[in-house]
This record gives sequence, structure tokens and C-alpha cells, in this order.
Amino acid sequence: MSLAAEVGLQLGRLRLDVSLAAGGAEVVALLGPNGAGKTTFLRALAGLVPLDAGRVELDGVTFEDPVRRVFVPTERRPIGVVFQDYLLFPHLSVLDNVAFGLRSRGTGRKTADGRARDWLERLDLAAYATARPDSLSGGQRQRVALARALATDPRLLLLDEPLAALDASTRAEVRRDLKRHLASFEGIRLLVTHDPLEAIALADRLVVLESGTVTQSGTPAEVTARPRSQYVADLVGVNLFRGAAAGGVLSLAGGGLLAVADAAAGDVFAVVHPRAVAVHRQRPEGSPRNVWRGRAEGVELAGDRARVRVSGEISLVAEVTPAAVAELALAAGGEVWISVKATEVAVYPA
Amino acid sequence: MTRPRRERVPAALGMLAGLGAAFFILPLAGLLARAPWGDALTALSAPETLEALRLSLVASLTATAVSLLLGVPLAWVYARVEFPGRNLLRALTTLPMVLPPVVGGIALLLAFGRRGLLGMLLERGFGITLPFTTAGVVMAETFVSMPFLVLTVEAGLRSLDSRYEEAARTLGAGRWTVLGRVTLPLIAPSLFAGAVLSWARALGEFGATITFAGNFPGRTQTMPLAVYLLLESRPEASFILSLVLLAVSLAVLVGLRDRWLGSP
Repeated sequence: MSLAAEVGLQLGRLRLDVSLAAGGAEVVALLGPNGAGKTTFLRALAGLVPLDAGRVELDGVTFEDPVRRVFVPTERRPIGVVFQDYLLFPHLSVLDNVAFGLRSRGTGRKTADGRARDWLERLDLAAYATARPDSLSGGQRQRVALARALATDPRLLLLDEPLAALDASTRAEVRRDLKRHLASFEGIRLLVTHDPLEAIALADRLVVLESGTVTQSGTPAEVTARPRSQYVADLVGVNLFRGAAAGGVLSLAGGGLLAVADAAAGDVFAVVHPRAVAVHRQRPEGSPRNVWRGRAEGVELAGDRARVRVSGEISLVAEVTPAAVAELALAAGGEVWISVKATEVAVYPA
Repeated sequence: MTRPRRERVPAALGMLAGLGAAFFILPLAGLLARAPWGDALTALSAPETLEALRLSLVASLTATAVSLLLGVPLAWVYARVEFPGRNLLRALTTLPMVLPPVVGGIALLLAFGRRGLLGMLLERGFGITLPFTTAGVVMAETFVSMPFLVLTVEAGLRSLDSRYEEAARTLGAGRWTVLGRVTLPLIAPSLFAGAVLSWARALGEFGATITFAGNFPGRTQTMPLAVYLLLESRPEASFILSLVLLAVSLAVLVGLRDRWLGSP
């Protein structure tokens, strides 16, 4: 079981250029900010947006290849799609919605209804077979959408922001159920989301998409440990720098020098956790090799910690206790000293 | 809580508005007052009345069926296909809504009459004559009423979220399945409203019908034509028939109130 997709297309101002391969063993999440082209990529796989260049191949069968003029229309691709706001047919009952795919593919009414009923049973929806979609709760609708997509036994399941339409109170529960159902599906599973929590909870592999290109991919642990873009660094909540390393010193692309304990050389990323950044009113004494002056620009409370934005030769975010904010009068801003131990700077190749 | 204050109506404005309303209500009242209620049954059951009524129903329902068959695809093309000249074509096919019906009848004669562009071919090639036949009545009624259906259905298609159709395609539905099981059911209210509007227009058609199809009892004499002619010979009977047409129009208006006219 394998999906190989190289999607190149231009849609308005969006230039999408994504290469992605997926097997059946893992759930892949396409993570990225709004407007990065995630939904367009999914629509391209479904054949709803034609490719300008590239190729889409599932289990060795070519769906689309503009150069060879191959295009399998959407209705003939063995796919299941769960749309962002589900798009359940409002004029059909829940049962007819789930049976729709089988009926469209030529299965007789009786068989189709029977199999749709099985799916409703499986997703705890049996009691709602005759109900109209608009009488269901958000979580139930999501399960109907999932049942409808799975009822045709697709080999590729695409989910577009599957939890975005739900309110926060039901989201955790629906996410748990969705994870269970995804685990029992034996095809390729690809979901799209802008919510890192959702991606990490549901997926085995993340593919980060920004402005139409993949900036990073790997397991959730790999991606969060070694961010390769400002977007991911912001999601994880760390300070990300890029620069040239040589002899234990990093010359940052944005200016400034950072001493590192690592022997890396060449173009590298460096991550400093805000907790590892110390803030002082006076120039600190002692061992830290990275000391510079900055201005406290703003304080934000995050749980029982406070995040202080400091601008200077090297701008970053420091995390301190609320007590320290009071003690150092950081809320008022003003000049501060920053220190970071060289051992706290994690370095990896760019 | 504050209640919206009742607007004070300036005297002149109120008087003009009252005149405007009276202009519509007085003729209706006149019709109701002068109708010979006693002879209603006799007038209605007269053979020529029944014949006109039957012909009107058959012709207007056939015209509506033709409008649906041709008008829905036309509306679909207007709503979904971009092509040069689309707006011009839409304007041309909407023209009968504003065209004097007699002009429409003359235009039909020039196209489908015995010496018309197509009429000549039809007559020589297939021996088909359209003017002054029941088929001619249906054509005249379709000509003036189909634009109502096309415009209503096009508006319905435009306001439809086409992603439902995409969802159906991802489920394996081909073009015709999508149209029959998703698109048309979702625009059912517009289809219904368009069909009823165009049927009502066809039922009341006079000018194009009398010009293109003439006035032959039993063949081309529909209710509006019968009403007009009875006015000379037996005015009472024409009042009764007018009331029947009035009742039908009222029923259409009430029936469509929610779907089309947007009741407050």
C-alpha cells in the first residue's frame, strides 16, 4: 500500500510544490498555517483541482500525470474524503448519506443499506439512521462523515481539518474516537490540520507545509525537538536561530554571536528554550559565556510562568517566574541583561 | 425593552398610498360584486367553458413541462459554464419577460409560421404546421413563461454550495448521479417556485397565443381568450371565468408566499 504524490500547481497567488509519499502503516498529518495550501493539496489528490505538473500514484496505479495526459476523474478514484464542515447531504437521512457512495458505485439498495447500517453500528450511530444530519450534534456529524467516507472501502482516506468544526468541549473526546477509528482503518490515512495538538495526537508522522512547500517532516518528536522553521518553533514555543558554526561559536544570520558547546560546523539551526534564558537587571557575574544587553518589550503570562520578549543584539523570548517579573520590574520594560549557558544551545545541521 | 415607535404617516403620503392600494382592490371588489353567482354553475358547466378550461390546463402544464426540460439545462449552463456572450444570450432568452406578448407572437409567426424561417422547412420536409394548432398554443405559452423558470433556477444553482457536488464525486457519483441525487434535490425549492411561476404565466397567456395560434374553440381557445370573447356575447359568463382565473392566481401567490415572495 503506497501513495506517491508530487503536486505542482498554481492557484491564484498560491504556488504549491509538494512531494509526499505515504504507506499504510502510519497516519500522516499535513500541518501548516492557514493559506499554506494544505486543503488544495488534499483536493489535488482527490482530483478536484488539476495538477500543472507532477504525478499522483496509488499502489502503482497512476491517477494523474499531466505530461502523459493521464487523469482519473474524482469519482473513479478509490478515495474517501472527510470534509472540513463534513458536507453531509442535508436532504438525505443519515443512512442514505452513508449508503450514498455504495449506491453511486452501483451496489443495490438492499446491500448498500445493510453495509451502511453496519458502519452506523460501528460508529455508535445506529439510533440515528433515519435522522436528518442537521438534527445531530457536531461530534455525531463528524462520525457520519467518517462512516460515509469509509463505507466504500477506500484505499486512501483524506481528512480535512476533521476537528475544526467542533467546539472545544467535545473536541478531546471526538479526537480520541477518531484516533481509534483511524487505527482500525487499513488504508493510507492523510489528514490536514492547522492545530499542532491535533496533528501530534492523531498522526505518526508530521509533514509541515508553509507557503506551498514542505519545510519539515518526521515523527512528532523529531519535528518538535528540531524545528526547521519559525512557524514550527513558534508552535513548540522555543527560540530558533540559524547561522554558521565554527570552533564552538555560532554567527547568527540576523547578527550576533552565540557560544555553543557543540562541535558542529557549517550552516546550522540552534534552539534555545525560553526556560534556559536568564534575565538580570545587572550584568551577571560568573560562568555564562553568552551575555548581552537587551530591552524587555512585553510580558505575557502562560500558566504559572511568564514569557518576556527581549529585543537586542539577539532578540528572543525568556521564560521566568511571575515573582521574577515583579522583582525585576519587567512589566515596566527597560534595560535588562540576558545570559544563556553555552550548554543550553542545541545545535543541528540546517 | 424599547418598542419601535410607530412611524407617523405624513398625510399626503398616506393618501397616495391609499389610492395606490385602492387601485388594485377596487377592480377585484367589482368583479366579486358583479359576478352573477346564481348562474355560476351553469356558466362553468357550459361545454365551451369546460373545453377552454381543459385546453388551458393541458397547454399550460405541457408548457411548464417543456420549460422544465429545456429551461433547467439552460439555467445550469448560465450558472456553471463561462463562455463569451453568456450575458447577451441570457438577456435574449429573458427578453419575453418584458416584450409585449403580441410582439412575441409575431416573432414566433415569422420563425415558425408557414412562411417562417423554420416553419417553411417543417412544413415542406415533415408536413408539420405549428401556427393555429394546440402545439402552437404550447409554444406561445412556453415562449413567454420559460424565462421565469430559467431565472429562478439559475439563482438557485448560484446559491448552491457546489462543494456538496464535490463531496458526491469523491463518493463515486458520476455527473448524472450528482445532478439527480444532489444538485436537483438541493435546489428543489427554486425548481418548484420557478415551475409554479412559469405555469401561472402560461395559464394567463393571451397576446402571444392569439397572435400565433389564433382563437379556435376546442383547439387554441384557452381561458383568457374565452374570457375576452365572452365579454361581447355573454358578459356574465366572462365574469365567472375571470373569477376562476383570479382564484388560481391567488392560490399560486399564497402557495409561493414563503418560498418566493419572502413573507415578512
